[in-house]
Amino acid sequence: MKALIHWQMVLLGTALQAQAAVAQQATVSGHHHHGQAGTAATYAPPASPNLRHAADAPDHVMDHQVLFSKVTIDQLERRQHNSGALEGSAWFGGDRDRVWLKTEVEQEEGETEKAELQALYSRAISPYWNLQAGVRHDFERESDSRNWGIIALNGLAPYFFEVDSSLFVGENGDSALRVEAEYELLLTQRWILTPEMEVNFYGQNHRNSTTGSGLSDLEAGLRLRYEFTPKFAPYLGVHYEKKFGNAADFAREEGDSPSETTWVIGLRTWF
Amino acid sequence: MKRPNLCHQNISRRTFVTGAAAGAALAGISGGAGARERQSVLNGEAVHTLRGNRFDLNIGYTPVNFTGRDRTAVTVNGGLPGPILRWKEGETVTLNVANHLAHDSSIHWHGIILPSDMDGVPGLSFAGIQPGGSYRYQFELNQSGTYWYHSHSDFQEQQGLYGAIVIDPAEPDPVAYDRDYVVLLSDWSDESPHDIYANLKAEGHFYNRRRRTAGDLWDEIRAKGVAQTWRDRKMWNEMRMSDRDISDVTGYTYTFLMNGQTPDANWTALFQRGEKVRLRFINASAMSIFDLRIPGLKMTVVASDGQNIEPVSVDEFRIGVAETYDVIVEPDGDSAYTLFAQTIDRSGFARGTLTPDPALQAAVPAMDYAPVLTHRDMGMGHGAHGDGGSHKMDGMDSAGSTDGRKDHSRHAGHNMEPMGGMDETDHSQHSGMTDSALHNRASEQYSLHGGRPGLGGMQGVWFTDALGRAGHGSNSSIVHLPSEFGYGVDMRSSMPGDGLHDPGIGLRDHANRYGRRVLTYADIRNLTPTRDQREPSRELQLHLTGNMERYMWSMDGIKFDDAQPLMLKFGERIRITLVNDTMMTHPIHLHGMWSELETGDGDFIPRKHTVIVQPGSKISYLVTADAYGRWAYHCHLLYHMPGMFREVRVV
Ligand SMILES: [Cu+2]
Repeated sequence: MKALIHWQMVLLGTALQAQAAVAQQATVSGHHHHGQAGTAATYAPPASPNLRHAADAPDHVMDHQVLFSKVTIDQLERRQHNSGALEGSAWFGGDRDRVWLKTEVEQEEGETEKAELQALYSRAISPYWNLQAGVRHDFERESDSRNWGIIALNGLAPYFFEVDSSLFVGENGDSALRVEAEYELLLTQRWILTPEMEVNFYGQNHRNSTTGSGLSDLEAGLRLRYEFTPKFAPYLGVHYEKKFGNAADFAREEGDSPSETTWVIGLRTWF
Repeated sequence: MKRPNLCHQNISRRTFVTGAAAGAALAGISGGAGARERQSVLNGEAVHTLRGNRFDLNIGYTPVNFTGRDRTAVTVNGGLPGPILRWKEGETVTLNVANHLAHDSSIHWHGIILPSDMDGVPGLSFAGIQPGGSYRYQFELNQSGTYWYHSHSDFQEQQGLYGAIVIDPAEPDPVAYDRDYVVLLSDWSDESPHDIYANLKAEGHFYNRRRRTAGDLWDEIRAKGVAQTWRDRKMWNEMRMSDRDISDVTGYTYTFLMNGQTPDANWTALFQRGEKVRLRFINASAMSIFDLRIPGLKMTVVASDGQNIEPVSVDEFRIGVAETYDVIVEPDGDSAYTLFAQTIDRSGFARGTLTPDPALQAAVPAMDYAPVLTHRDMGMGHGAHGDGGSHKMDGMDSAGSTDGRKDHSRHAGHNMEPMGGMDETDHSQHSGMTDSALHNRASEQYSLHGGRPGLGGMQGVWFTDALGRAGHGSNSSIVHLPSEFGYGVDMRSSMPGDGLHDPGIGLRDHANRYGRRVLTYADIRNLTPTRDQREPSRELQLHLTGNMERYMWSMDGIKFDDAQPLMLKFGERIRITLVNDTMMTHPIHLHGMWSELETGDGDFIPRKHTVIVQPGSKISYLVTADAYGRWAYHCHLLYHMPGMFREVRVV
C-alpha cells in the first residue's frame, strides 16, 4: 500500500514537472497584446506587482490519500437445514483502476457445497460501469478444482439496479455466463429491502458441480436489513434456488431436490 | 450536555501576540470610530483576539469534547476557532507560524491579496511547514474587511485549523456601528476527515440520511397519481441520480458550531439598547453551506467577502463555504434574538444568541423544509424532458438546444493542439480528441488559444469573439469538452440556468412562503466604482464536473492530478464563466486575485474571493491578472478539493 502511494506521488511529481516545463515555455513565448481596441483603460495594473513568488515548490498540493479500499460482505448468513452462505467482494485502488476479489461460498448440511474465488483487474469505462478481467478458481468437493478466465461488466444500471455480469471460459473450452442483479428499496432510512437474483448458464454439463448446459440454475433472494450504521446491518430473508434441465437431473440423481426455499438470517457489513 | 473543553492553559504566554493585545482575550471587542472596548461575550471560552502587526501562531493538537466524546483537534494557539487576528489596513504584518504537529502544515490567508509566496499553499506557494519547523509570513495590507485563515494542508481545516481576520480600514469606516462581533460558523466531526473521505469514496451517499424511501413514493403517488409520479421519477432513475443529494457530509456526523460553540452551548453576545451591531459572518466550514437569519430582525448586508457593498436589507442569506458577509442589525433593546444558521440540506444548524440581558434567550426556530432538486438544477432548462443517462444526454444536447455537441465541434478542438514542450502522453487521457475531422475543423475556424500562443494549453475553452460587456456576463455558447465525456462525469448541463438572480435551492420560495427577503448575488453592488474598467480580452469557460456515484470531482472532467495550469498573462483582464455540470452547489475560490462578479452593473462590480455556483447554473466574473505567481483555484468544499482544483499561473 505504502509503495503504491509512493509510486502515485512519483507519477504526480513527474506530471507537475511537465507542467513546469510547459509554463516556462509559455513565459518565453507568451508575449502578446492585451485589451481590445477601443476599450477604456482607466485602470493600469501595477508596474511592479507582487514579483516575489515561490519557485517551483515540492510537488504536492494536498497530502490526500489517493488509494482506497472497500471490503464488502453482502451476505454472511445461516440458512435453514444446517446450511449457510458467504458472498462478498473487495476492491483496492484508485478512481479508475482497481483490483477486485469476489467470492461465493455455500455450505449444505455442514459441508462446503460450492466455493469460488475471483481475482480481477477492474477499469472504469463509463460513469457507471467497470470492465473487469481476471481468473476464477472453483474449489470442488471431489478434488477436481476448475479454473476459469473472466470478462465481467459491473456497475449500476438505470433504475438503480446493481448489475454484475460475467463471462467465464474454462480450461477445457468450458464456458459459462452469470448475471446478477440487486435492487435496494428503502422502506425507511434504516429498513432496507433487497430483492436480488443470480442466473447461471453453462456451455456443457458437469455432473460433479451439478451444473447443466443451457440455463442451469437460478437463485433469488429477498432480504430485509436494518442499518444500525451503513456499515453494520443484520437481516432476515428468504432464499430460493432452482436447477433446470440437466442440472436438475444431476441433483435428483444425488437425491437432492432441484428447487428449495429457505429462511435466512445474516449480516451485511463493509469496511 | 458537555461543553467544549479547550485547553488554553498549556500554551505558554509567549505564544500570544507580542504587544497590546495580549490581554484582550474576548471576541466581542467593539469597533468603529469612537466605540468603547469592553468584554461583551458571556461564554467564558470565547475566542481570543490578537492585535498588532507581529503575531506568533502555534499550530498544535488540542483536546476537545463537543459531543460527549474526547477528541483531538488541530488548532492555532490552542483555540477552536483560532484567535481572531485584528489587523490595520496599510500596515505590514509579520506572522511567525510554528508547526507542532507530526505532519506538514500551513496557513492560508483567505481573501488577502498578497505575494504568492505568502499565500500558504503547499506545493504552489511554498514548501509547507514541516513538523517542528516554522515559516515567517510577511505582507502589506492593502484592503480592509472580514476575512479568515485556514490550513491548506491535508484535511486539517476539518480538524479545527481556522480563525477570523478583521482588518480595520485606514480611512474612516463607511459603515457606522457601535459594536462588532465575529460570528464564525464551522462543522465538527468526531470522525477523522480521512475516514469521512474514505466513506464517501466507498459510498457517495454515506452521510445522506434523507434518501428517497417507499413512503415518499407513496406520498407522491397519492398527491400526483401514478402516471405523473412515474414521469417525474423516470429521469432520476434513468440517470441513476438522487434529487436528495444536497450535501455530501451532513448532520449525521457533523456538529455545527458558532464561534466554536455547539447549539446547546449557545454562543451569546451582548448589546445595549439603541446600539447598531455589526455581525461579521464567516463560513469556515469544511463542507457546510448555511442559510442564515435572525428571526425578528432585518439584516442590512454591508459587505461581502470583506468588500463594502451598497447596503441591502434582507431577512435571510445563504453563505457558502469560505464566504463572508457583514451585516448591521438594530435590535430592539428589550428582546433577545437567535442567530440561526441552518445547513442547506436542513440536517442541522448552528445557533447563538444576541441579547441585551444574559438571562434572556429567544426561541430557536424549527428548521425549514428540506429542499429537493429539480430539472432546473440539472441545467436542463424548463422545457427539457428528462430522458437522461449520460449517453442519452448527448442526443438531447444536439436535439434540444443550439449548444452541446454542435459547438463541441466548433470550439473543442482548439485546446487539443499540442503545445510546445508539452508531453505527448498528456493527450492520451483526452479520449475525444481522436476525432481528427472535428479537430481540424476547429483549428481552422479559431485562432488557437485566444490569439495568445503560449498561454493556451489544455485548459478549458477560451473565447475571444463576441464577448459580453464587462459586468454583464457571458454571451458565449456552452461547450462540453471531450474530456467531459469520461467515466468521471455523470452529467452535463445542456442549458445552464442563471446563477445570479437565483437565491439557491431551498430558498426560492421563501419570499412567498414565509415573506422573507432572501439575498441573491444580483443584489450585490460594490460601494465604490469598478477599478479596472477595461473590457475582458478573452473568456475562459470552465465546467465544474463530477461523478456522485464514484465520488470524483473535477473541472472539465479533468482531475487536478491530470490538469495543466491555467495560464494568464500578467496585466490582462479576463472573464471566467463557470458552468456547473453537477447537482451540487460549489463555492469556488480563486487565490491571489479578485473575482469580480458580473451582476449586471459594470460600474459597481462587487469583488469576491469565493463565488457560489448553483447546480445546473452558470455564473461569470472578471479577473485582473495583477499578481505574478502560482495560485490555487478550487472548490472550497474540502472533500471536492483534491479533484476540483486547478493551478492558475500568472506569467
Ligand atoms: Cu465542490
